Amino acid sequence: MRVAMALALTLAASAPALGDSLLPPARYANVQLADPRQERQAKALMETIRCLVCQGQSIADSNAEMAGDMRSLIRERIAAGESPESIRSWLVSRYGEWVTYTPELEPATWPLWAAPVVLLLGGLWLARGRFRRKRRA
Amino acid sequence: MMKRLILWVPLGAFLVFLAVVAAGLYAPRQEAVPSNMIGQPLPDFALQPAISGRPGLTSAELRMGRPHLINIFASWCLPCRTEAAQLAELRRRGIPIDGIAVRDREQDLAAFLSTYGDPFRAIGGDVDRRVQLDIGSAGVPETFVIDGQGIIRHQHIGAITDADLPEIMAAYQEAAR
Repeated sequence: MRVAMALALTLAASAPALGDSLLPPARYANVQLADPRQERQAKALMETIRCLVCQGQSIADSNAEMAGDMRSLIRERIAAGESPESIRSWLVSRYGEWVTYTPELEPATWPLWAAPVVLLLGGLWLARGRFRRKRRA
Repeated sequence: MMKRLILWVPLGAFLVFLAVVAAGLYAPRQEAVPSNMIGQPLPDFALQPAISGRPGLTSAELRMGRPHLINIFASWCLPCRTEAAQLAELRRRGIPIDGIAVRDREQDLAAFLSTYGDPFRAIGGDVDRRVQLDIGSAGVPETFVIDGQGIIRHQHIGAITDADLPEIMAAYQEAAR
């Protein structure tokens, strides 16, 4: 009983170490746009933008405050008529290609795009003997 | 003979693949997201004063010939407390420091400054994080060195420790040239 009391007191007295501010979430962090077409565009973009503080999640999936701020920024700019690709390139110019889950074809990423083709050609080349022998038989 | 060797190629490729995956797993996690704006001019912004009665921060005044540090911080950010002594030291060495307070409330900020010290010439309040995102900062605290023409010259991610002072001094002197 005394242990339980002490535990309850400790829990009550310890302030949580907050990583978030005390201000409410940004306006469009968790609020959809009124226009369903624009909301669809914004959501599709959010799903391909990487959260900066919770790496491995998109900002659409993340509860981090910063992800909320980025969702709000994207919704506001879509509502103002900006195209998703222009918002993406704005973010890439700030944080590099790292921030997007849809990497462009460029010198650093060409192996990514070339690998499937190279592997397929390599496999065909390895298997070519088999095909030849079968045809002869 | 040649054919025999070729049969080992897929296994070899698989081992290379395993090695790459293992290297990725055991490499220390790279958490810091560097700004892509180094070498670029500071974007235009005009931030309201975060503390009434003191100056806010505009990008125009950062282009007026003298290099500055911009410290991105917040009263709710725990690591920001640990760099107070280092910021005070930089201030003592004559480096002008401007602050951008991210998502902060005036009363919290005032308490933070009176507890941990106030090295700032001006503090702009970035309530919706727009300016932070605009300069490619991914967290608090971060410190940017801006040269006299308003070009972003250097970014320090995380709290400044004593060991980081030479790096920041060097970047500042480089920007002052």
